Amino acid sequence: MSDRVEVLKTYKTYVGGNFPRTESGRYYKVYDGDDNILANACQCSRKDVRDAVVAARDAVEDWSSRSAYNRGQILYRIAEMLETRKAQFVDELETIGYKSKEAKAEVEAAVDRLIYYAGWSDKYQQVFGSINPVASSHFNFSMPEPMGVVNIWAPEESPLLGLVSVMAPVIVGGNSCIILASEKYPLSAVSFAEVLNSSDVPGGVVNILTGFRDELLEHMTTHMDVNAFFYTDTGISQEDRKQIDENGALNLKRVIRKPVEDWEAEDTQSPYFITDFQETKTTWHPVGF
Amino acid sequence: MADDQQTAEPVEEKPFKPSSPSSKLNFDGFWEYNDAPQSTDSIEIKDQYDLFIGGEFVAPEKDRYFDSVNPTTEEPLTSFAEATQQDVDKAVKAARKAFTKSWSTLEAKERGKYIFRLARLIQERAREFAILESMDGGKPIRESRDVDVPLAAAHFFYYAGWADKLDYAFPGKKAEPLGVAGQIIPWNFPLLMLAWKIAPALATGNTVVLKPAETTSLTALKFAELCRDAGLPEGVVNIVTGAGQTGSAIVNHDGVDKIAFTGSTEVGKIIKKSLAGTDKRYTLELGGKGPNIIFEDAPVDQAVEGIINAIFFNQGHVCCAGSRLFVQEGIADKVVQKLRDRMETLIVGDPLDKNTDIGAINSEQQYNKINEYLELGVSEGADMYQASCELPEKGYFCRPTLFTNVGQSNRIVQEEIFGPVLTIQTFRTAQEGIDKANNTPYGLAGGVWTDKGSKIFNVSGKIRNGVVWANTYNQFDPTSPFGGYKESGEGREGGLQGLYPYVKLK
Amino acid sequence: MADFTQTVPIDQVGIEERVARLNKRSIKKESKVQALKLALSMVDLTTLAGMDTPGKVRQLCQKAKEPYAGLPELPQVAAVCVYPNMVNVARKALRGTNINIASVATSFPSGMSTLESKLEETRRVVEDGADEVDMVISRGEFLKGNYEYVYDEIASVKEACGEAHLKVILETGELQTYENVRKASDLAMEAGADFIKTSTGKVKPAATQPVTLVMLEAIRDYFYETGRMVGMKPAGGIRKAKQAIQYLVLVRETLGTDWLTPDYFRFGASSLANDLLMQIVKQKTGVYQSADYFSND
Repeated sequence: MSDRVEVLKTYKTYVGGNFPRTESGRYYKVYDGDDNILANACQCSRKDVRDAVVAARDAVEDWSSRSAYNRGQILYRIAEMLETRKAQFVDELETIGYKSKEAKAEVEAAVDRLIYYAGWSDKYQQVFGSINPVASSHFNFSMPEPMGVVNIWAPEESPLLGLVSVMAPVIVGGNSCIILASEKYPLSAVSFAEVLNSSDVPGGVVNILTGFRDELLEHMTTHMDVNAFFYTDTGISQEDRKQIDENGALNLKRVIRKPVEDWEAEDTQSPYFITDFQETKTTWHPVGF
Repeated sequence: MADDQQTAEPVEEKPFKPSSPSSKLNFDGFWEYNDAPQSTDSIEIKDQYDLFIGGEFVAPEKDRYFDSVNPTTEEPLTSFAEATQQDVDKAVKAARKAFTKSWSTLEAKERGKYIFRLARLIQERAREFAILESMDGGKPIRESRDVDVPLAAAHFFYYAGWADKLDYAFPGKKAEPLGVAGQIIPWNFPLLMLAWKIAPALATGNTVVLKPAETTSLTALKFAELCRDAGLPEGVVNIVTGAGQTGSAIVNHDGVDKIAFTGSTEVGKIIKKSLAGTDKRYTLELGGKGPNIIFEDAPVDQAVEGIINAIFFNQGHVCCAGSRLFVQEGIADKVVQKLRDRMETLIVGDPLDKNTDIGAINSEQQYNKINEYLELGVSEGADMYQASCELPEKGYFCRPTLFTNVGQSNRIVQEEIFGPVLTIQTFRTAQEGIDKANNTPYGLAGGVWTDKGSKIFNVSGKIRNGVVWANTYNQFDPTSPFGGYKESGEGREGGLQGLYPYVKLK
Repeated sequence: MADFTQTVPIDQVGIEERVARLNKRSIKKESKVQALKLALSMVDLTTLAGMDTPGKVRQLCQKAKEPYAGLPELPQVAAVCVYPNMVNVARKALRGTNINIASVATSFPSGMSTLESKLEETRRVVEDGADEVDMVISRGEFLKGNYEYVYDEIASVKEACGEAHLKVILETGELQTYENVRKASDLAMEAGADFIKTSTGKVKPAATQPVTLVMLEAIRDYFYETGRMVGMKPAGGIRKAKQAIQYLVLVRETLGTDWLTPDYFRFGASSLANDLLMQIVKQKTGVYQSADYFSND
């Protein structure tokens, strides 16, 4: 009997609930922890960004009008799916150089983080909304509402925990997003798309692209149909940072920069990550007969 | 009437019955209101105002002053110092010194007491502020007296109480001040915008360099007097006057930790761009093109009043003005008829007359801009209707104006006019109304009128605006957060949420 | 007949805000004098007490004819308003003047009697010389939704009035909501009312400005639709000249100046006339007045 030939996975993107390859047909090489070629990842282009934004925009109305309870359950479902595939993700992290204990810790932290945010789904509105005691005969309340479509650069390090940590607060608040995976370690993100796809997350709510930040910076930060841009890496150059901000001025895109070094630290999960992607809406109504 | 202590004046005999009735509502002729001018006897306006830096009024380094015109008379009212880079630098340094030396070391409750004092001082001098506001900016005394000034005082009163309660504002976090806040405010609500900016900044422990708009700086400098009278530590509040360049010097100053700007989207974008790559925090309250959606089951007469208030309040110089009216087709004719009749009762004229509903357009520049839009509307093929009221011969006055027969593609529907100009469109279904309302880069405020509660929640939830007035319009309160979605701004002012832009959370 | 089961929505806060804003009108100098005289000409000088006697009514009529001896050129009040059994007395006392006689009828103030006796009473006061009949609607029937009954009753009374003008009292204090006031106004106008009137004066609250504004807006909509001008009469609780001027402002800015005549607007009041007189004299002399100088009939 000959040795069985392993079936290798093609690295695809995740857009609108489907797994297309980049429209550009380009790829870049991804290496494992020992600098061996691990796979060919999609080198996404501006057109992939465009398609992903369309998918995210299409998805956001339905997603934001889901009940908070439902969104919480879906986040919890993602956690369940990730938990059952723990071995796969540990294995993949080990491939890129994680020690097994570290890999396990990261996967478990990612599951826990999803559950943390799942629990916030129907609470942050209570903590951050308000009834405002106006002086006139009006009932007045303020509620956080999702901003809309958010472009995200996932952290370069912690390819799974970082990804989950930037995605969860954005989507639990009713936004949809386009995430550019860790450039160096896109494997976890690509596999995570499979988790999302089996977790009742409606297509288009989370879109995952792989590729080069340098190339996609302009398209992800200038797009006029994107409401916010989110990044956390401390290593982004001052020049890029300035460019991101300047591009944000085009349509007053909210640029949220939260430098994080260690995603396992306690303060990297917080309801303030949710409210960073919320707009406060204040509603007035007369009180009378 | 309340204040009729004056001695008898010879009075002209007038008939006490009108002539024969006409077939339509008639608002002319019989029984006109006499002038009811607000006395300005006790008001003192100096020929020239200096900058307020470090607790003192100081002349600008380059000794340059510019005129401020009373838009009612078109005559110069006074002149203000033009603050240059050096003056701004001085002000920022004074603010920094005050932040480190006095303001941040002061106990929070004592800080609060100073702010309470400011609230009380505004109340004490309320009438004076109201008159100055109307003289300098052209807004009707009824509004400056009943809206701007009382709300400004209320704003200080509200935020004063927060000073020693910040631990309760941000669950799980500790709030710390940012440092020096650079604040740039517009000409439409000069004192009120000053209050919106200064009150939360001081309550959270920041110090301030504020630039009022060049056409309406008077009340800001009067406010500087209050800061002095209140014994506020020197440098906590600094007021620098000037135009765009002065503002730009504040925005680009390295010693400023936060920028708060209210003004046009165009300038807001420039500021946002200027701040790119810096650690300065910012809030922007920018333009709008507010949708006001009237369903056929609305309380129509109150809705008409709401439409009037939405677009003609403060001559339409309101970023949250309801300038795009959407009426459900079944009641469109009725609403337009009522609007026209209602517009006939609007009194346009002297801002200092207590009966004036619509005062003067703030400046010649704005006056020209509005007139350009009126011409544009006509040339775009829209039907223009204007109230038949008489306008004063002098001064920048504009008739209340409606445009019908317009569509989403018209520029007068898309662009912020910032004047008493309303466009009227119809819609058939709720979804169409919502879609049209949201079909704009702006997202500041809007109105929804229907008697059906569940429809209010549904529609107001779908409108992408920071403020939704349901069955009312243009209501403001210090406890109520205000601010825009999309290109109408970033951040909120007012309420608990209005503290957030002035703190860092640890 | 319109469908009165449908409700015209009215927002309480909006109505009250509008009134508050109109109250900020500052009426000075000539416009004030004009308003005071106008208001005086619109007064239905009223006595509606169980203890009314011919003597009391005669004195009231005297006041109507000569409100203030010092200013003989002043306008007369519009009407004297009395109970049915006093119509005869008033008619004799007002003979030779243009002052109308108004009488409450239809078992005022409760309206709690049969239609038959209401019609009988109406015919009787008209026969006795009433130019105007102030009827009350059946609030009980209205509140239980029997709009057809209320409509028919008004239409029947209108018919019984013949040439006399019919004012329909809604007794807004018992209708409770602005929406009911609006509905009752619409119903009364459609049934033929010449005037709609807020109150009997026996129920609190009587006339208020927001209620009056709701009724004025109903009159406006009815006018838009039919072209017929219906009059308005707030009654009860209007004692001061300042209030009267505020009401006139409401009328002016809601219905326009065509309604600013006793033909279309009245005040049902007893003590208002004297305050108007005092203010008129004050405007003329520049001196604040004392009630001691004004006859209190």
